[in-house]
Amino acid sequence: MITRRSFLHTGAAGAAFLAGARAAHADTPGVTDTEIKIGQTMPYSGPASAYGVIGRVEAAYFKMINEQGGVNGRKINFISLDDAYSPPKTVEQVRKLVEDEKVAFLFNTLGTAPNLAIRQYLNDNKVPQLFVATGAAVFADPEHFPWTIGFNPNYQTEARIYAKHILATKPDGKIAVLFQNDGFGKDYLTGLKDVLGADKAAMIVKEASYETSEPTVDSQIVTLQGSGADILIIAATPKFAAQAIRKSFDLGWNATRYVSNVSYSIGAVLKPAGLEKSKGLITGSYGKDVTDAKFKDDPGVLEWKAFSDKYLTPKEYIDLNASYGYGAAQTMVQVLKQCGADLSRDNVLKQAASLKALQLPMLLDGIVLNTSPTNYSPIRQLQLAQFDGESWKLFGDIITG
Amino acid sequence: MPSSGASRVNEFLHQLASGLALGGVYAIMALALVMIYQATQLVNFAQGEMAMFSTYFAWKLTDLGWPYWRAFAVTVVVSFLGGIALERIVVRPFAKAPVLASVIVFIGLSLIFNALAGWLYGYSTTDFPTPFDGRPWFGQRYMSAHESGSVLVSLVVLALVWAFFRFTPLGLAMRAAAQNPTSSRLVGIRVGWMLAIGWGLAAAIGAIAGMMAAPIVYLDPNMMAGILLYAFAGAVLGGIDNPFGAAFGGFAVGVVENLMGAYVVGSEVKLSVALAIIVGVLVWRPSGLFGRRIVARV
Amino acid sequence: MTGTAPRTLLTLALFAAALAFPFLASGYHIYQGAQVLILAIALIGLNLLTGYNGQISLGHGAFFAIGGYGAAILTVKLGVPYFLAIPLASLVCFGAGFLFGFPALRFGGLYLALATFALAVATPQILAYKGFDAVTGGSSGVTLIKPRAPFGLPLSADQWLYLVCLACAAILYFAARNLVTSRIGRALVALRDQPIAAETMGVDAALYKTTCFGVSALYAGVAGGLSALAVGFVSPESFGLSLSLSFLVGIVVGGLASLGGMLFGALFIEFVPNLADQLSVTFGESAKALPGAIYGVLLILAMAIMPGGVAGALRSALRWASKTK
Repeated sequence: MITRRSFLHTGAAGAAFLAGARAAHADTPGVTDTEIKIGQTMPYSGPASAYGVIGRVEAAYFKMINEQGGVNGRKINFISLDDAYSPPKTVEQVRKLVEDEKVAFLFNTLGTAPNLAIRQYLNDNKVPQLFVATGAAVFADPEHFPWTIGFNPNYQTEARIYAKHILATKPDGKIAVLFQNDGFGKDYLTGLKDVLGADKAAMIVKEASYETSEPTVDSQIVTLQGSGADILIIAATPKFAAQAIRKSFDLGWNATRYVSNVSYSIGAVLKPAGLEKSKGLITGSYGKDVTDAKFKDDPGVLEWKAFSDKYLTPKEYIDLNASYGYGAAQTMVQVLKQCGADLSRDNVLKQAASLKALQLPMLLDGIVLNTSPTNYSPIRQLQLAQFDGESWKLFGDIITG
Repeated sequence: MPSSGASRVNEFLHQLASGLALGGVYAIMALALVMIYQATQLVNFAQGEMAMFSTYFAWKLTDLGWPYWRAFAVTVVVSFLGGIALERIVVRPFAKAPVLASVIVFIGLSLIFNALAGWLYGYSTTDFPTPFDGRPWFGQRYMSAHESGSVLVSLVVLALVWAFFRFTPLGLAMRAAAQNPTSSRLVGIRVGWMLAIGWGLAAAIGAIAGMMAAPIVYLDPNMMAGILLYAFAGAVLGGIDNPFGAAFGGFAVGVVENLMGAYVVGSEVKLSVALAIIVGVLVWRPSGLFGRRIVARV
Repeated sequence: MTGTAPRTLLTLALFAAALAFPFLASGYHIYQGAQVLILAIALIGLNLLTGYNGQISLGHGAFFAIGGYGAAILTVKLGVPYFLAIPLASLVCFGAGFLFGFPALRFGGLYLALATFALAVATPQILAYKGFDAVTGGSSGVTLIKPRAPFGLPLSADQWLYLVCLACAAILYFAARNLVTSRIGRALVALRDQPIAAETMGVDAALYKTTCFGVSALYAGVAGGLSALAVGFVSPESFGLSLSLSFLVGIVVGGLASLGGMLFGALFIEFVPNLADQLSVTFGESAKALPGAIYGVLLILAMAIMPGGVAGALRSALRWASKTK
């Protein structure tokens, strides 16, 4: 039975709710009753254009969501602009998105330097910079940059996990490191040295870097082998990782090899390097690689397949960057769902910082996303895996970094 | 073990061999640059991306199941024709424009080929077949069969280019057309076509460079960017008007860069240092090691 | 020389429009305007070297980087005010350019192209070199604080910075104008067109060419410093090869040996990439991969329509107009 009192109560609450929603609209840029505007910058041109696929996949995913009616009745209007991986251009495009397009927030903007360039501006203006597409550790800093949230498992965490595994399995080993000469590669060195500490720092007997403009890293691998190391850590992007794997095998170097999970794709790294030559590699994985036969009938992979058959090309289906974008877009949609009717920037940030054990189809079983006001690294779990010549064999527990 | 003399020598030989293997690719690419330079006195900055595009074409053919050498030959022919077409359609209209306008056109072309390849084939690293499969040659263990094969190919290309300019009437006509177009026209050389053929030959040689490079560096749209830089450096170092010099320069750059990185300055700045050395050599010998000194006419 | 009066008028009108712009446009457009002015400064510098003196440089991004990092390090790490930091940083650029001018003396066109190309390629690497991490911030770069308008002027940081850029651009434009119309300018052009004759006439080639390199680098340095302030961030990735190449594109599209044309060159390299990005969408969703190719096509088309750059096209248009009059 509805009493008059309770009726009044709900009525008042409803009115307050409506008023609240209307008020929220007034000060929620980018949000109308039918639409939410999300902005992004991506390197569609220039030296990093390989990553442009991430933005294309995300656009396709949001298109699918819109075809299904959007989120809470709102369509996603996703504006992704080219910044050519040039920080001045990123600033320009982000200001255009915020000031001209009046987007609600930024999502999955790509690259360490471009994100660093816009971080201060977005935090000053209290615009959420959600799930930045870089594994640099500096983006999980809620204390100083509360409006910036990371996404990728960060490189330092990954390196720490390798270092711990080395200390547990080969405490007397001699480590050689191949790293890309930029923030990405150097984060691995930092993570390794963190764990080894001052007393074990000498375990790293040789470091060699490469530039992305170099044709090969063969020479670096020869140098690293010459150091007498019996452990090789490959902190490299796919092409260079494949070269390193092949060359270290061809040299007859019998080292325990760890490869960054940026480069664990069987199709794009291990197959070009040679499956036989890749045997024994260790990585810290968190995603599913569709070129790994063991995921053939995995429900998550089938879901991804169904999506990519409809919206993408076959070469994008096997691209790890593409399935990465798929996961990021799903996370975004989850946050929007959690927001309900309140799409103010405050609430979007609050919801992005309160993901609870979110499962994504393209993440390994058991790996979940968690965020909190003090934890801005959504994916911080990895599981070690070893390549047996055909497929990655997971071993050990899921490790939270 | 690391300090033992024998393993030091071993490491040194490995560095040398991997430098030579890549140097072979630089050498072929440098010869492609020489071709266009001989014909037009310009360095084609789009050469690398053109070569990459040809390599994707070859990859597509082998992916369709064509035998390697047939795909190789067809790619070289198609690249030759493509180079001619490019010259006639895109580059020719700028013949009378300032030199730098042509350079800008090259930059535009390289952007187009790079983005087009990414769009058509994706950016994933792909392996590329080699005809020189199997065990390393001559029982050594410093160079893979493919690396030895590509060094051999680079020497063959060099011999062909040299013979072409030295012995064939077409080669002589091309050199004449480049050096003195007015007089060449008077003796009946079709200067315009010579330029187009220069482009065609350069594209064909570039395609060979790409197909030799791809099994070593893997195929992706950015694979030739670094190679072009080193080939350019090699060509200028050896003397860009001289096929022998250019090829030698290519090999030299491959080896010097490796040895610098491994033994002298470390890997972090080896590219900068290698380039600085080349610039240093040019200060000492401004027309390259084997280049002809150009005497200005007043 | 009949065009002098209308030309002055045009310059003044443009300047007035540029001055009014920050009070009419929104913050983001003001930022774009500042970028255009900054690029125009760098292009004027490069054009002095390449257009007037005939020395090609594919590596002016390096001097731009020195200016940018100089301004960043001086203001952030050493607490120098920005209005001193930029002149200081650009003086360093002058020195660097002057010194680079000496080996450059030894090479002709192609060799200089290689040397400067090498410089452009090496720049990001040197900036990221770990030995300099303490000052350069390594791969993470340096974040700057945007300068505010002084004396309590009622201007936003964007407006103020734009006006600073405009003042710099105007001063440097007139300085360049005076330079090229002076005896020195004629000597530079003579060294480009008739080097041997010029030297016979007593032009000190070495001095003029190295100084020209230095001045050109100084312009790039001012531009780099202003850019660091406007963007609020410098990192090795900000100064890659593509920056140097875009400068070259800018001077050729704007018009070699033209100073006013550099405004158009700057507009081209600032806005045409954005246009390419927008156009790519019209080719369907997967064509988001194509902005690079579309930019390339637009570039070639621009050269085909205006082989002498915008300035060349304007010149021919004026000539045609005066003939038909």
